[in-house]
Amino acid sequence: MTQTETGTPPAESADEPAAAQPKGIGVVGWLRWTWRTLTSMRTALILLFLLAVGAIPGSILPQNVVSVDEVNTYVREHPDLAPWLDRFSLFDVFSSPWYAAIYLLLFVSLAGCVLPRAVAHARALRARPVRTPRHLGRMPYAARFSTDADPDTVLEQARKVLRGYRVERYGDSLSSETGYLREAGNVLFHLALLGLLLALAAGAFFGYRGNVLMVEGTGFANTLPSYDAIYPGHWTDTDDLQPFTLELDDFEATFIEEGGLRGQASSYVADMVYRESPDAGEGRHRLEVNHPLTVDGVQVYLLGHGYAPEFVVRDADGDVVFDQAVPFLYRETATFTSDGVIKVPDTGGEQLGFVGVFLPTAAETDTGELVSTFPGAENPRVTLEGYQGDLGLIEPQSVYRLSTEGMEELGSSPVMEVGDTWELPDGAGSVTFSGVSEYVSLQTNRDGSRPFALGAAATAVGGLLITLFVRPRRVWVRATEDAAGRTTVEVAGLGKTEVAGDNAEFHELTTRLADRLRDGSAGTMPPNTPSDPVDERSDR
Amino acid sequence: MTYAGVSNEAMASASDTLIIGMILAYAAALFLFAIEAAYGRRTKLRAGRLMPVAAGAGTDSDQADDGIEVQVRTREGEARASQSVLGRIALGVTTLGFVMSVAQVVTRGLAAQRWPWGNMFEFVVALCLVAVAGLLFASFRYQARFLGAFVLVPVLLLLGIGVRWLYVDPGPLIPALHSYWVPIHITALIIAGGSFMVSGVAGITYLVSDRTEARRARGEEVTGVAGRLPSPELLDRLSHRFILFAFPLWTFGIIAGAIWADEAWGRFWGWDPKEVWSFISWVIYAAYLHARATGGWRGRKATWINVIGFATVMFNFFAVNYVFSGLHSYA
Ligand code: HEM
Repeated sequence: MTQTETGTPPAESADEPAAAQPKGIGVVGWLRWTWRTLTSMRTALILLFLLAVGAIPGSILPQNVVSVDEVNTYVREHPDLAPWLDRFSLFDVFSSPWYAAIYLLLFVSLAGCVLPRAVAHARALRARPVRTPRHLGRMPYAARFSTDADPDTVLEQARKVLRGYRVERYGDSLSSETGYLREAGNVLFHLALLGLLLALAAGAFFGYRGNVLMVEGTGFANTLPSYDAIYPGHWTDTDDLQPFTLELDDFEATFIEEGGLRGQASSYVADMVYRESPDAGEGRHRLEVNHPLTVDGVQVYLLGHGYAPEFVVRDADGDVVFDQAVPFLYRETATFTSDGVIKVPDTGGEQLGFVGVFLPTAAETDTGELVSTFPGAENPRVTLEGYQGDLGLIEPQSVYRLSTEGMEELGSSPVMEVGDTWELPDGAGSVTFSGVSEYVSLQTNRDGSRPFALGAAATAVGGLLITLFVRPRRVWVRATEDAAGRTTVEVAGLGKTEVAGDNAEFHELTTRLADRLRDGSAGTMPPNTPSDPVDERSDR
Repeated sequence: MTYAGVSNEAMASASDTLIIGMILAYAAALFLFAIEAAYGRRTKLRAGRLMPVAAGAGTDSDQADDGIEVQVRTREGEARASQSVLGRIALGVTTLGFVMSVAQVVTRGLAAQRWPWGNMFEFVVALCLVAVAGLLFASFRYQARFLGAFVLVPVLLLLGIGVRWLYVDPGPLIPALHSYWVPIHITALIIAGGSFMVSGVAGITYLVSDRTEARRARGEEVTGVAGRLPSPELLDRLSHRFILFAFPLWTFGIIAGAIWADEAWGRFWGWDPKEVWSFISWVIYAAYLHARATGGWRGRKATWINVIGFATVMFNFFAVNYVFSGLHSYA
């Protein structure tokens, strides 16, 4: 369609007239016109541009797929603008109706363009090279020379020179063609893109992604309620998730201790124990950042980590009412200064709540402020602020936030190290900082279409390489006897792509043929043909 | 863990010395190339790859020694470029700079004991390495050393920015970069990026040269560098050639990145700003290839798409690291 049969560059592609308006041809005509316009290269070009331009807001504005928190922050900071942006799905660009419209149109257009091509190409694959044109001199490359060899010998030798070409003899001439694969590669490439889109869609509709936080020594069963957050696809059956279980045996983060990069993480390792199903055997996996665990077709990834200081809370009578490791969220990774909340609802009396700050490696600054200077837990300290009253747990609330409306302050704890106990004022009980655990945040991901997506992408690359580097071209050789009894040999070549180098190659074929004929010894010629006769010739 | 062995320090300082050396070499080469571009003689190039056979006329007959009479119908005019002996020297100096550049990357890798592309500084240096490799390749293979006067400009700019603002001491990588997909993914994108750079520069030069041609056609006199630029067809083919090489590699690099993201982050595509922009570049270069195959879009319009593509690649390398926050933060 964009290729040329005439030797002029493929400027006059067949889709051009498609843009011309139909006149008075009724509904069918309009439909046909719409379809032709939609499947034209120019439309594809415009849609490709829209695809690129439409992606830009997706990189400038925070996106829900990337980080819901960032979107919320942005919404809070731009209360006037944000609702408008949201109205145009600008926080969900890549799942927005308008973006979907662009790529669906593009892919309809692609299918409409490529499928007919594929059919046409399947036919062309078996076709013989076309009849030799009468006037070879009109081809983009044409050469002519005389030889003493008779026409049949010339054509016989030409066949040998045209290795890799599909050759057909028509009377006094050979017609040959090569590079059929290019078209196949192009079709393959475009179909693979369609396949990729389908695989992505399937993954989005049937898979799920979830986040889990696990403290050392605790377990997780892959069921809906066990997740901190889960993002199922439209058609995912969330009541029937893969029944595996996980346990975090141990987690270790190491950090660079010395030099300018002190504090930068150098490795994270989580020792996991897993079972494919409750009664399956136990497996072990060293989970690291680039080494996910695959269990029952679900990928489990190590996303992050943090500290979970352990606390023991006793009530006024000295009975233990709380004994747990509590995950704290870090403020930044350089120091891992972390914040957390302890909620103790069952004290027998009034409920207790604490807001805590955890410093993994505590040190005093010059001004006497206590800060963390290193992300590793070398000198852990905790400070707490206590509250007593009603935690307000009837309302759903975040485990990382204490709602202090119904509570009264109990004051602040001293700086505690592991083993220290803070006696609460008014005999309300006590809190002991009993140890430090670590936690990991994991992501589970079930996407059965991943191998298909990869397969489609790899096929696309293969098809692309073929499209870009296979050059279809035709060569004709005609041998006729002239009045003087010598044979006039005409060689003509037509490159069907605009990729350069065709003429140079045609000329090389001509020189090779001429050399063979001059040599006279069919097929026994020493391989001393210059590699680039074109350069040689014009070097004179 | 400590990374500062004695030999590593020697390597690190060798690497830092080499980078100064190569900047000086490229600057000298640029100076010479610029003189060639401005004062060289406009010479007809030999026919060859990318050059029309029997370049010179719409229908040209050429009776050669071997008795073969050739007739070529091409739309191209003759391929000409400004040439002088200084260009040859410049090419030599560029080659010297390139050798230093390779040595610099190697010593840097030895100093850090890892693949030497893990942060912005190293990216920029590697990108320039590829661009100069592309320049040398084009010079030796396609007689395109006239590109030197143009390609070395962004190369020097980037190296200057790299040394002045992006420099960091060699060191280990964050855990997310501990993967064999790093060398694969980043290497592919750097090689593709450097080639896009050569192509983009050739494209910009094409736009100027094409205007020169148009002005000549209107009978105007064009003087100075603009008047001595190589023929537009040649520049167009060069820039196309580099995209043909870079586009599949860019595609592969994106896929390798997706595989790595799948291992590291639990999703193979997450619309992180870096991913978005590499997608944008990819779509734009796909549009470029389509444009060349579409009537009315070849030539200037297609080249503008190429230039936009180049801009998005640069934007991705720089702005995305600094302006947006994302998982791909090496800044
Ligand atoms: C309506 C949609 C599309 C149509 C009608 C279409 C059509 C074509 C055609 C006819 C060619 C052959 C050009 C030639 O022979 O030189 C081609 C090549 C190509 N297409 Fe598409 N295509 C479409 C969509 C896409 C999409 C979505 C992409 C990827 C983003 C894509 C990427 C390519 C590439 C890279 C080439 C190779 C260009 C070359 O041969 O130089 N196409 N396309």
